[in-house]
Amino acid sequence: MLTTQRIMLWVMAATLPGLLALIHFFGWGVLINVLWCMGIAMATEALILWIRARPVQHTLMDGSAALTGLLLGLSLPPLLPWWIALVATASAIILAKHLYGGLGSNLFNPAMVGYALVLVSFPEAMSTRWALPLSLQETPLSLLDSLSVFTGLGSTSVDAFTGATPLDDYKHAIDGAIASQVTTAPIYGDRVALGWEWVNLGFLAGGLLLIQRRIITWHIPVSLLGALTIMALLFGYDPDQSVPLSLHLLAGGTMLGAFFIATDPVSAATSNRGKLWYGAGIGVLLYTIRAWGSYPDAVAFAVLLMNLAVPFLDYYTRPRTRGHKRAGRGVPS
Amino acid sequence: MGTQFDFPGGIHPPDNKLRSLQTPIRQAPLPDRLTVPLRQHRGDPGRVVVAVGDHVLTGQPLSEGQPGRSVPVHAPTSGTITAIKSHEVPHASGLEETCILIEADGRDQWYKLAPCPDSASTAERYDHLHRTGVVGLGGAGFPTRDKLQSAEAAPDVLILNGAECEPYITADQALMRERPDSVVAGALALWRLVGAGRCLIGIEDNKPDAIEALRQSAEGTSVEIRVVATRYPSGGERQLIQLLTGLEVPSGGLPADVGVLCQNVATAVAVDRSLRLGEPVIQRITTLTGEALARPGNIEARIGTPLDHLLFEAGLDPQRLHRLIMGGPLMGFDLTTTGLPLIKTANCLIAGTAGEFPDPPVPQPCIRCGLCEQACPVDLLPQQLYWFASAGEHRKAEHFDLFDCIECGACDWVCPSHLPLTEYYRHSKGVLRQEQKEQAEADHARQRFEERQARLEREQAEREERRRARQQAREQRHNVAPAEASEAATAAATSPTAPGPDRETLIQRRDQARQKVEEAQAQLAEAREQTPEAVPKLERALNKHQKRLDAAEKALSDAQEDT
Repeated sequence: MLTTQRIMLWVMAATLPGLLALIHFFGWGVLINVLWCMGIAMATEALILWIRARPVQHTLMDGSAALTGLLLGLSLPPLLPWWIALVATASAIILAKHLYGGLGSNLFNPAMVGYALVLVSFPEAMSTRWALPLSLQETPLSLLDSLSVFTGLGSTSVDAFTGATPLDDYKHAIDGAIASQVTTAPIYGDRVALGWEWVNLGFLAGGLLLIQRRIITWHIPVSLLGALTIMALLFGYDPDQSVPLSLHLLAGGTMLGAFFIATDPVSAATSNRGKLWYGAGIGVLLYTIRAWGSYPDAVAFAVLLMNLAVPFLDYYTRPRTRGHKRAGRGVPS
Repeated sequence: MGTQFDFPGGIHPPDNKLRSLQTPIRQAPLPDRLTVPLRQHRGDPGRVVVAVGDHVLTGQPLSEGQPGRSVPVHAPTSGTITAIKSHEVPHASGLEETCILIEADGRDQWYKLAPCPDSASTAERYDHLHRTGVVGLGGAGFPTRDKLQSAEAAPDVLILNGAECEPYITADQALMRERPDSVVAGALALWRLVGAGRCLIGIEDNKPDAIEALRQSAEGTSVEIRVVATRYPSGGERQLIQLLTGLEVPSGGLPADVGVLCQNVATAVAVDRSLRLGEPVIQRITTLTGEALARPGNIEARIGTPLDHLLFEAGLDPQRLHRLIMGGPLMGFDLTTTGLPLIKTANCLIAGTAGEFPDPPVPQPCIRCGLCEQACPVDLLPQQLYWFASAGEHRKAEHFDLFDCIECGACDWVCPSHLPLTEYYRHSKGVLRQEQKEQAEADHARQRFEERQARLEREQAEREERRRARQQAREQRHNVAPAEASEAATAAATSPTAPGPDRETLIQRRDQARQKVEEAQAQLAEAREQTPEAVPKLERALNKHQKRLDAAEKALSDAQEDT
């Protein structure tokens, strides 16, 4: 039997393939972020629960705060200083979760609120602190280096270890070159995008596990990836002009977003039909912002915008109750 | 034979049925004392037709019902009536009901039973079922006559529900595997009675023994045995109809609306015995199970048998008893005492241990995981209904089809936050029903008031009119023949035939009397709903006022004839 706690644990476990791929290709920074964010999330949750006079230990054990921290840690650039991750996590728990009433009552995905907040507040750090794949670093970043970058202590300069992500690089480079020239850069590796492809496949595998365990349903990931694919084929069919479908799917945060972020049940649409619209909306927004916006990746904004649409979707995508001729709509005034 | 139709959702809880299927159906020994509740069905209690001290025979009617409202109950064994009083009955509310207490004489002498004559019309057969107290034995207790009568035309399909999808319960399975002939006979009896096009018996595939037995018994008849995949709640009436015919019973409607009649298999047997033998429903097969029982199984016991008598028979270990459930673990309800009687709708009694039924964990917030939605057999959005119900937004819940919830408990079972969802829905439904009732009452009161105002105004106007007419006539007479008029006036004044009060007074008295009658009628109507014990007294008062009104009207018409 599933319990809330077990659901959270399953989701956390399902991130493992992606997490391991991230660590393998991009170094210890990811792990430091994950542990730090989880710790901060739980500490903040405990503090707020204490202030709200709620049972601290019992509620902490539901695992929801830890999961929020984990998802943030996986999303943030690996070489961020500690305080940006702290701001992101604390605001996720305090602003997005507890100010709305705690677990189950939040309108927005907490992790994405935290992410978006630091993205608009610290755009420079959030776009330049992405680690290059370890194999491309002159001297691969050690755990000590990572800690030094994270804490700001020591004299490790991050510049040697960081670089643009493939999504970012392609978007800008294609303006003055053709696809075959752009993809000769080492960050694209032999296939799609060095490291990122395995990270995304890892999250895809974890997501399929969640569907198999019936913790999430297929509706959101399928409609999200489907809509993104259709958009990319419609508008970005020419790799000499725009980012190709392969990069959309396998570079950046697509799979993490599709299976782990967008499927957060609290802030997602309710009915199966609603989930299809919700996922498709995220897919369309994801492509729109990536292609025509100023951000290279857009999972957070796409998810948050669709979170806004959830009450509306819920009122207009009710399933047809058995015994009724058609589905009910709207709300009574 | 499988089925090509489906209903959404459903769950697969462990069925725990084997424990009570190890032994054949046992006969429960006759208890010394029995308690027969007057109400063992959906509806009102019937009218008691026996008195304390009466000696009754097995099968003798104890109450009489009113078709459409109440169903009679019968003496489960011969003995003496020791009391007619309020007594605890097995009901989710835990409230007391009027019961007839019988001290058995141990002889079990039968009342003379009257089978339904072959010449009886369909309506007479329905009434015969009513008189023998046949109600749905599957658990809901809907009066069988009323259900049969709900169809205006012969249904296309008669379905016998032998799905028995709820865990632990095996009463129907035991009946079907041990007495398949009587089940088929029941099916044929019902079929003849309602004249359906087809007759299907629906069974879940976890009962191979019952399926095999029924198939053999049904050989040579046109009764079709239909096996459906095991999934709770396939035995819900609407779900089984959907599985076997693909038809959806409309919301708020009846199976008759789609040309289907559905009856439980045990009910069919009771129908057959009622028509053929005249036997009233005075016993039933009940599953006794749970880990606190040393000898679980199915037991055929008389209605009114104290549950502790049955539990003792089944080897109850009171030390291990943690929860006593009537019905199944999903739709049943907890009993707080074993001193309750067996009733017609009691298909199962679970004496569960703490290990078997641990106390539910503390509920956690709903995270809208949607597991409930995937489990709902009616395609509701249970998480939304919970959201509205817990916020007291019952109207929104109603808008989200709350009343289509069949309260199967599948959502409770899957909820990872251990929320008692069905309880929320029941509460919400109760609030809405209460609101509707109050609204109807307020409307009724307003209508009554308006009608009374209108009548008073009308009467006032009529009086005015008559007065004016009289005055005109008088003036005319004065003008035309003042002498004659004055003569007549003197004659009237001296006439010995008109010594009584004048007409104005008589009209006034009549109106007063009429008002009294109306007040008394209103009081009586209110009392019928709220304080039934005051009804006889108010009826007498109404009679009195009615007589006075008649007298006043007579006096008035006499006076009018005189003038």
